[in-house]
Amino acid sequence: MITIEQLTIRQGGFALRDVSFSVPTGRYAVLMGRTGTGKTTILEAIAGLRRPHTGRILLSGVDVTRVRPAERNVGYVPQDAALFSTMTVREHLAFALTIRREPQARLAARVCELAELLDLTPLLQRLPFGLSGGERQRVALGRALSFRPGTLLLDEPLSAVDENTRGDMHELLRRVRKDSNVTVLHVTHNAAESLALADIALELRDGRIFAEGRAP
Amino acid sequence: MTAAATPYRPRRDWPFLLGLALLSSVYLVLIAAMLVADMSFTTPGHMLSALRSPEIRFSIRLSLISCTLTTLLSLWVAVPIGYLLSRFDFPGKKLVDAVLDIPIVLPPLVIGLSLLILFQTPAGKAVERVVPFTYAVGGVVLAQFAVACAFAVRTMLVTFSQIDPRGEQVALTLGCNRAAAFWRVALPEARRGMLTAATLAWARALGEFGPILVFAGATRMRTEVLPTTVFLELSVGNIEAAVAVSLLMIGAALSVLTLARMFGLRQSLERVL
Repeated sequence: MITIEQLTIRQGGFALRDVSFSVPTGRYAVLMGRTGTGKTTILEAIAGLRRPHTGRILLSGVDVTRVRPAERNVGYVPQDAALFSTMTVREHLAFALTIRREPQARLAARVCELAELLDLTPLLQRLPFGLSGGERQRVALGRALSFRPGTLLLDEPLSAVDENTRGDMHELLRRVRKDSNVTVLHVTHNAAESLALADIALELRDGRIFAEGRAP
Repeated sequence: MTAAATPYRPRRDWPFLLGLALLSSVYLVLIAAMLVADMSFTTPGHMLSALRSPEIRFSIRLSLISCTLTTLLSLWVAVPIGYLLSRFDFPGKKLVDAVLDIPIVLPPLVIGLSLLILFQTPAGKAVERVVPFTYAVGGVVLAQFAVACAFAVRTMLVTFSQIDPRGEQVALTLGCNRAAAFWRVALPEARRGMLTAATLAWARALGEFGPILVFAGATRMRTEVLPTTVFLELSVGNIEAAVAVSLLMIGAALSVLTLARMFGLRQSLERVL
């Protein structure tokens, strides 16, 4: 469950004022809005990378407004994937578990499982350099899911993916959601993506959220 | 209506390109001519007799050791400063940034003099009771460090500014604290920049003369580094030895540059393959 209460963030030229919405556990919310309206800022605030001026952020009912990113149990896939250029695909999938000192056997099993789910097995030894847009996004998605977060934040995950593989990615995102029961907030400016994936459609306009609920 | 207008044609490009090539070649020719002149001035015999001289051997050894120490110290300081300035905003940041440029713009002699005066203060004297700097080997390293570090700092600042902080932010969401995000994500991505910073600092330290002369002196077999040797040999009219030692320094600097380039190239090849 993601709950945003009267969030206000000022940053450079624009401000988000009094933004409130919530996404129930296990639901897939798509947040639409034009470029520059502050969609990414909201994701950053939920991930803990940007401190809000006022307002509260609750994840699974716990107020995390002042909690460090590492303790929020949030998987974050930024727009450009932001892969680690010095690490192989395997190291990306293992990263969060290595930090958590997960035992080797369980770590290896989780990496295998993710590679299978995201169709990354043949790429495990590769560095990010030379991966296609879709491959990069799948690695970023696997990295974000590896530690089984309660919340998944996706920032324009399909913007660097070509038309042909977009359908596959939709399918993949649906599968991820079904398998992991994670609460998803997906940011996009593409209405088709919203139609294909959302059970909750939100729109950010002039610093305010407009909701149109939809049955899953 | 008018007759069909002649199609518009901009002027030719070659005068511009020729101008670029001519102006660039002036500098390249100057560099090459200096090197060729040095080489034609000396003979293998001069080089060998220079290498046999115990004073020159001492200064080669001291130069290699002090430059390496200076490089390590510079990186140790330049990496945190570069990271701090590229990632955090704090009051007085502009001032810090400006202060870091002072060693680059100060006349070298002034740096030497400032060090000399610093170690005449009560605090400086207290330090010298533990580690001697003035007219000692420690002073050679400190004088090199005072200047070379500024170049390493600039390089690391540019390096970290060019690395997207997004990677470290993702690492924070994956469970890293700030330190882990730095060690595991930012630092590995900065390794090329560190290599460049080390090369620059090393080459800079090798050529450092003014501050060393003032602060550490030019005592043979004690604080004599290669530029000191060139100065001392020149001052007694032994131009052959001065040129031979200069060529040694040119050789050392070029090898470090080549090594760094080769290493950089190999890494980029590894990435492509």
